[in-house]
Amino acid sequence: MSTTTAADKHPATSASKTARAIEAARSQGRAAFVGYLPAGYPDKATSIAAAIELARNGADVIEIGVPYSDPVMDGPVIQQATTEVLARGFRLPEVFEIVEAVVEATDAAVLVMTYYNLIDRMGAEEFASRLAAAGGAGAITPDLIPDEAGEWIAATDRHGLDRVFLTAPSSSPERVEKIVAASRGFVYGVSVMGVTGARDQVSDAAERVVAAAKSAGAERVCVGLGVSTRSHVEEIGRYADGVIVGTALVTALRDGGPSAVAALTAELTGAGASR
Amino acid sequence: MSAPAEETQKYRDHEGPYFGSFGGRWMPESLVAALDEVERTFREAKADPAFIAEFQRLSRDYTGRPSLLTEVTRFAAEAGPARMFLKREDLNHTGSHKINNVLGQALLAQRMGKTRLIAETGAGQHGVATATAAALMGMECVVYMGSADTKRQALNVARMRLLGAEVVPVDHGAQTLKDAINEALRDWVASVENTHYLLGTVAGPHPFPEMVRWFHQIIGEEAREQILSMEGRLPDAVAACVGGGSNAMGLFHGFLDDPEVALYGFEAGGDGVETGRHASAITLGRSGVLHGARSYLMQDEDGQTVDSHSISAGLDYPSVGPEHAYLAETGRATYEPVTDAECMASFEMLCRTEGIIPAIESAHALAGAARLSRSWGEAGEGKIIIINLSGRGDKDVETAAEWFRLLPGQKNDPVAETDTAENGADGPSPAPETGVQA
Repeated sequence: MSTTTAADKHPATSASKTARAIEAARSQGRAAFVGYLPAGYPDKATSIAAAIELARNGADVIEIGVPYSDPVMDGPVIQQATTEVLARGFRLPEVFEIVEAVVEATDAAVLVMTYYNLIDRMGAEEFASRLAAAGGAGAITPDLIPDEAGEWIAATDRHGLDRVFLTAPSSSPERVEKIVAASRGFVYGVSVMGVTGARDQVSDAAERVVAAAKSAGAERVCVGLGVSTRSHVEEIGRYADGVIVGTALVTALRDGGPSAVAALTAELTGAGASR
Repeated sequence: MSAPAEETQKYRDHEGPYFGSFGGRWMPESLVAALDEVERTFREAKADPAFIAEFQRLSRDYTGRPSLLTEVTRFAAEAGPARMFLKREDLNHTGSHKINNVLGQALLAQRMGKTRLIAETGAGQHGVATATAAALMGMECVVYMGSADTKRQALNVARMRLLGAEVVPVDHGAQTLKDAINEALRDWVASVENTHYLLGTVAGPHPFPEMVRWFHQIIGEEAREQILSMEGRLPDAVAACVGGGSNAMGLFHGFLDDPEVALYGFEAGGDGVETGRHASAITLGRSGVLHGARSYLMQDEDGQTVDSHSISAGLDYPSVGPEHAYLAETGRATYEPVTDAECMASFEMLCRTEGIIPAIESAHALAGAARLSRSWGEAGEGKIIIINLSGRGDKDVETAAEWFRLLPGQKNDPVAETDTAENGADGPSPAPETGVQA
């Protein structure tokens, strides 16, 4: 399988919405802020409102997580949230409606984060087509490695979507190369060997993960997993192109609704004072 | 993804990662390095005479291999025209075939320098086997088990704890095998440096399907030799139950390239496939990815995994090993569902006719074989079926007692009616909650 595409040879700064958003942050001398919230949590309208608050308070890129029955890369907070969404009868097309609403209301690049069987069941082509039609920038696929991604790469190429693969502290140099070559938009650097969840400290593995991806040619690397405080954001922002926060935002949404998401995002992005 | 043309002749020793369009590695990147390490270690070990000798020594002196091949004439006669032989994996140490794979992988874990084993378990058989190997080899052991399963297999929870393992009940999702696998994977992502995930079936990401089959192929090899020496010919059919499919793959492997031997896998039909309450992923026939492999998967229109249902905790899994999907797709093996009711009728029949209490999982194979024998009619006279008796039923006695209402005080008891009449009124202990029908 070839993972080298036309898009890799001509880094699609203009074609990639996510790349544009990250580059815009860079031109302001800061790392991009990437915020994750689950689609439809706690209900559709509130999840849209919360995602809009993310953007208003300084998020450059928004990840809309798609609830899935078997989220092996997620810790208890996100699991609990997405399980609740599924239990109330969530159906997949809702994701595209949420993406469309957030895209219309904000300037952020809006990606979905989805386990692959949801794409597979709909069909990679159909999923990509509907995501593109909704104005989505692309997708992060935590359980898809480039080795299995032939259909997804072809479909995202056809629809001009970003596809974000993960690279881990355990990834060999050969694998990092493959991951970087297959990714578009940015490469997701997993900061720690583990699942999603707030942690007290950012693993020192994160900086090495970013360096490995950069030396394999990655133009943009964002770091996620365990990031929950402003000092984490500042620390990672020194060496990465973007900082990804999920669990902390989901906890805020659970406990305080969209206004709590707004407050936390402002605190994390440092936008509280200036905006 | 691989060309199927040349494979029409040869099914044995098929290497991963792909079995036709099935298999692969649908896994988080974080685990790929560990999977590569397992694969590399497995390939080296297979080629290392010292490793083979140690595995064979343990299989013989600890497991008790070879397991017997027992002809069951009274059971066969009641079932239909064919003769039936049971491959007695129930007589292995720990009471099921699971020990074969566990010993092999535990040796590999030692070879990789890992000090901790984690495992998922449904019925508890694989968890017990893993806890056993950990005790034998002085390794730490954590077993994840759906909390619904800890209730219906409480005795196996106690066995694992006696063996020094930590049993972690998994409370989310359907609280069964699939959720236990999710939790074991989450553990492994964070612990991979010192931990081996001892996956218990021929599912999961490459190299597990191929590797677990390899550790179980002794079942089919022994059965083939035994039937040839006893009867001077190959069987007409071999039959096994299929959840993830490890015992079936182990038995099938010995006969894959004998086209005259029909291969039958019996899936858990639960209340009947038409009710939606079952665990017959192959019968349903929808391709998808779960737990690292592309295979047949019980899923809804959106791709969300559908909860499976079976009286047998060990078959209560919504997918199946990718090599079985491949054998089904190519037509080399036939897969059919067996309902809870059919299974329990055969469970009772084997107890009554042969003095052998089978695992409820294995009783699916008995019921399927009985159906097959009947379907042959007169043409079945003299035909031979080998059935994998993959486990013993001690762990299932409580479930069976509830099913057949054999306990004191169960007044609707059709089987032990006289008992009830005599003892029921003053029977002090009400039937325990088993959760079987829940």
